[in-house]
Amino acid sequence: MMQHTLVASPHAHAPVSIARSMRLVMLALVPATLLGLWQFGWPAILLFSVTLAAALLFEAAALLLAGKPMRPSLMDGSALLTGWLLALTLPPWAPWWIGVLGALIAIVVGKQVFGGLGQNLFNPAMVARVALLISFPLEMTQWVAPQPLFSQQAPGLLAAFGISLHGIAPPWDVLSGASILGDLAMEVQQGVDLTNMAPSLFPAVNAAFGSIPGSLGETSAILLLLGGLFLIRKRVIDWVIPTAVLLGVLVPATLLHWLDPVRFVGPLIHLTAGATVLTAFFIATDPVTSPVSRAGQLVFGAGIGLLIYLIRTFGAYPEGAAFAVLLMNAATPMIDHYLKPRVFGRDRRGRPLPVAEDAAKERG
Amino acid sequence: MRLFRIQGGVHPEDRKGLAAGRPIEPLPMPQLLHIPLQQHIGAIANPLVQRRQHVAKGERIAHAQGPVSAPIHAPTSGRIVGLGLYPANHPSGLSVRTITLQPDGKDRWHRRIEGVGDPFALDAAEVAKRVADAGIVGMGGATFPAAVKLGLGQRYTLTTLVINGSECEPYLTCDDQLMREEPDAILDGVRIMAHALGVTRVIIGIEGNKPEAIGAISRAAAQFDQIEVATLPMRYPMGSEKHLVKTLTGRETPARGLTADIGVVVHNPATAFAVHEALRFGRPLTSRVVSVTGGAINKPRNLRVPIGTKVEDLIEHCGRFREEPQRLIAGGPMMGQPLPELRVPVMKGTNGILALTAAEVGGQTPGPCIRCGSCVTACPCGLVPLTMAAQVRAGNLDAAASAGLMDCIGCGSCAYVCPAHLPLVQFFSHAKGELAARGRAKQKQSATKRLAEQRAQRLEAQKRAKREAMARRKREAEAKQKAEAGANTERLPKAGDSANAQALAEAG
Repeated sequence: MMQHTLVASPHAHAPVSIARSMRLVMLALVPATLLGLWQFGWPAILLFSVTLAAALLFEAAALLLAGKPMRPSLMDGSALLTGWLLALTLPPWAPWWIGVLGALIAIVVGKQVFGGLGQNLFNPAMVARVALLISFPLEMTQWVAPQPLFSQQAPGLLAAFGISLHGIAPPWDVLSGASILGDLAMEVQQGVDLTNMAPSLFPAVNAAFGSIPGSLGETSAILLLLGGLFLIRKRVIDWVIPTAVLLGVLVPATLLHWLDPVRFVGPLIHLTAGATVLTAFFIATDPVTSPVSRAGQLVFGAGIGLLIYLIRTFGAYPEGAAFAVLLMNAATPMIDHYLKPRVFGRDRRGRPLPVAEDAAKERG
Repeated sequence: MRLFRIQGGVHPEDRKGLAAGRPIEPLPMPQLLHIPLQQHIGAIANPLVQRRQHVAKGERIAHAQGPVSAPIHAPTSGRIVGLGLYPANHPSGLSVRTITLQPDGKDRWHRRIEGVGDPFALDAAEVAKRVADAGIVGMGGATFPAAVKLGLGQRYTLTTLVINGSECEPYLTCDDQLMREEPDAILDGVRIMAHALGVTRVIIGIEGNKPEAIGAISRAAAQFDQIEVATLPMRYPMGSEKHLVKTLTGRETPARGLTADIGVVVHNPATAFAVHEALRFGRPLTSRVVSVTGGAINKPRNLRVPIGTKVEDLIEHCGRFREEPQRLIAGGPMMGQPLPELRVPVMKGTNGILALTAAEVGGQTPGPCIRCGSCVTACPCGLVPLTMAAQVRAGNLDAAASAGLMDCIGCGSCAYVCPAHLPLVQFFSHAKGELAARGRAKQKQSATKRLAEQRAQRLEAQKRAKREAMARRKREAEAKQKAEAGANTERLPKAGDSANAQALAEAG
């Protein structure tokens, strides 16, 4: 018979859940990921698998240590997604232990020590990426030109194990090179006139479709953009943060490029190179570490975009997305404190709105 | 007409198709009616009848107590067979004073049931009095005595009467159907209310998912210049009084205030219908339209139900359950309350009985808050539910209160969209109840303290008085003694003298 237990309203629920959101985000990442795995071949597939498996294992181990129920947390897909996002930001031919160590940092240090899902201040995948970048600058900046799976130059499975175990050693080292943003930074340092350099160095069309050297899953701006739009359409993410991030990058890029095209590259390069699109749609939109109000999200996104541009253009690192995200993560509690929505019937400062002068007869 | 935006809100699947368009059907008179004496906000009504007494339909069987209360009338003719406690239509399942009436099947009206020829000739106070005497309460579910709201014109300068035909709760169709079938009666009630309030403007707001109701009401309203009909966007909680007023007039009611503060009074179409019945025909409120619906109900229907009918009888009439319901709800799915059992009676505020399947409820085990902010976007009051929930869970109720807990209208939009399936409304209801209890305890404490201090003062005063009285008596006694002693000494020395003299004489 019916339940006699007391249940609070509402007695209906939107068809949403944490697991559904995570699943949809992973689904949105599939095209860009498949492209990355295909064009960087077996070493990338190995790195990707190891990173995801390690993320799940560390999550399970941490839950075991904390004495928390394992099933609900493992099944919600959050650890898998963290591992996935981390893997996408790694150099595709990085050794296996980079993935494992990254997963350890992301899951244990980045998330579980704070108390698990929902409690962490910083984006776990970005914590791991930055820690790896600072600790292992060599392994984290070895880029390779795309060598599509089964193409002539691509390493086979056996060779891939070799790369994964020992790093990019001869004969594979001939394939390595700098990323676009790395190249650009160097050119600027050497005082090369970018108006001559940039177009040849940087075919934006290639960057949009992904056939450029770069991180495992960051190379195709178009596929990432499509994934992001899919998430907005499915209402998994809101449009505010991605738009703000993109504008944060594009507005200063356009402005400075217009002022001085010799020293500053144009907005198209900033949009398609590096982690701009991945960050805008998949990293900055991490619900846990972003502000909760619309206004806060606007500030947060614009801050990330601006910091990305500043670090790329004036900083020591050619790419600054991870740093930008972490810095704005740190500002999130403050943003949430100051940028709250206005309460209905109250002014911005929380005082009740004035009563219409003519309304209350008694109060005059 | 121009509408104004409100923030937040959600778009739940409306599921009105189940019962929409089903004509209002009178429920056959049940065997017994259990008429609770507490069906309204305010003081419980006081019974006027005794066991075994015969009553006619519309006869007053309980009268209002105090300024905010409502009388109760016999829904049909019959015999009073009980006057005691009966389970209330309230999630607590506690019992409430209830009159049990056994219908005699004749449904004979009381002889003094009589309407007014021209309600517009009556003054505001007289209309309000008749509405009060008819036991009319807000029929949208709030059950606030309607006459009190009609009397607001005495204390506020009112400009606008808003009729809340939004019926924004999913599933419910009782107002929709009433507006389709009785547009002229509703309009008449609306005009009587506007007359009583002394307003010049009337806006009837109806959500766009009720085109037939909009059509019927618009046709009926066409002949009255002062009455506008507005098609409202379909968004929950459009029917929240203050949000509706904002949407229609652009004016925002101050926090903790009344819509009357901005010159607006809101009533429900079913209330307007009841006012029409009461003024034109003298019929008190003894029945109402109830939507019996939900995926688990065999034949969803809109029924005109005598007050006091058991929920069981309604469900029986609707062909019982198609499948075992997971939840039985009084009211809509967003703000309705679980029914403790099927024996409980329909009251003046019962607008729907829902039998929901597990799939419709969509419940899941709550997970951790991932701070996604869905609740912030959904909240029509501009609150940050996730912060308030965290504060309530940590037991920090004062922080939750200063974060706006008391501005929460409990609409459930936040919980509806929460991907972690957190029972946010539960947290907030708990905190509001706890804070109210604390407030009462504090009041009690201060009252106790005051009384104790007064007692101590009183005792002290008594003691002092006693001491003073004693001291006075002592002084008096002493004085008396002294006086006596004085008299004695006057006498005694004489005696002594004489004694001495005697002694001396003897010795001498």
